[in-house]
Amino acid sequence: MANVLPEVANVYWRPRVTDGSLRRVGRLWTLSSVAHALPFVAGAVALGLAAPIMLPFAALCLVHAWAIPELYAARGARSVKPRSASGAEPEQVALGLLGDLVDHVPRELYAQTGLMIERGRLGVWLLGEAGALLLRPGGRRVNCYCVKATGAGLPPSDRVAHLLLALRTDESGFATVANLAFSGARWRVRRRLTAPARKALDAAARLA
Amino acid sequence: MSRLIRMDQTGHTTLAEWTVDDPVSAEAAVAAFRTELEQGYYALVSHGEGQAEQVRELPLDASVVILRRPIAGG
Repeated sequence: MANVLPEVANVYWRPRVTDGSLRRVGRLWTLSSVAHALPFVAGAVALGLAAPIMLPFAALCLVHAWAIPELYAARGARSVKPRSASGAEPEQVALGLLGDLVDHVPRELYAQTGLMIERGRLGVWLLGEAGALLLRPGGRRVNCYCVKATGAGLPPSDRVAHLLLALRTDESGFATVANLAFSGARWRVRRRLTAPARKALDAAARLA
Repeated sequence: MSRLIRMDQTGHTTLAEWTVDDPVSAEAAVAAFRTELEQGYYALVSHGEGQAEQVRELPLDASVVILRRPIAGG
C-alpha cells in the first residue's frame, strides 16, 4: 500500500477500517443501544401493569432507557468540543497554514464553526482539535472519534491541520488509529453539540 | 522557492527554503528534513482535498513539504 499512515503500526491489533467494517460497527452500536434500553422498557411495562402505585418507578425505567443512548451520544459529541482558546499569535499563524490547505468553503465554515469539513471515501469528516465526526453516506449516521496530535502547546488550528493531513494521507488508517466514542443517529449527536458545531454538522450532512 | 515547514507551538516554522537550481540550499533543506524525521516528525506533501502523500525523502520538486507530529487516539 503506497500511503499508509505510520501511526497504524501503534494499533497493530486493530483491523484496518473499511466501509464494510464501519457498516458492521454501526449495526453493533444500534444493537447495543437496543440491548441497553430494552430491559428498562420491558421493566417499565411490567411495573406499569403490576400496580398503579408502581407507575413512578415505571417512568424512572423509561427515563433510564432514554438516558443511556443519550449519554453515549454526549460522549461522542464531546470529541469535537473546543479545547483551548484561540486568538493568540501562534493560532493566527497556524490558521494561515490551515487556510492554505483548503478551499474557500471549508475555510469559511471553519472560521464560523471551528470544525474543518473534508470529504472522504468513507463519508464526510468534520475535524476538531481533538476529535472528528464522520457523517456516513446519506448523512443519517454519525461516528464520533477521539483523535489528536501528540505534543503539548500546539495552537488549535495546528491540531486541526495535523488531523487533516493525516486524514488525507490515509483515510482508512486515520479511522483505524482514532478511537470510536459513539456511532449512532445524527439527530442524537446534534442535540449535544454547540450551535456552531450543529451548523457544521448540517453542512456535512448535506454533502454526505 | 520551495519550503520545508514544521507545524509546532509557534503555528508553524519555516525550516528551510530551496530551489532545485541551488544545490547548497537543497542540501541544507535535505539535512534539516532528515533531522526532523529523526526527531519523530512525519513529512508529507498535500495535493488538495482528500490527498496527501507521506514522504521519507525530501521531494525537491515540491513547493511545500510539511512536517507534522504523530497522531493518536484520544
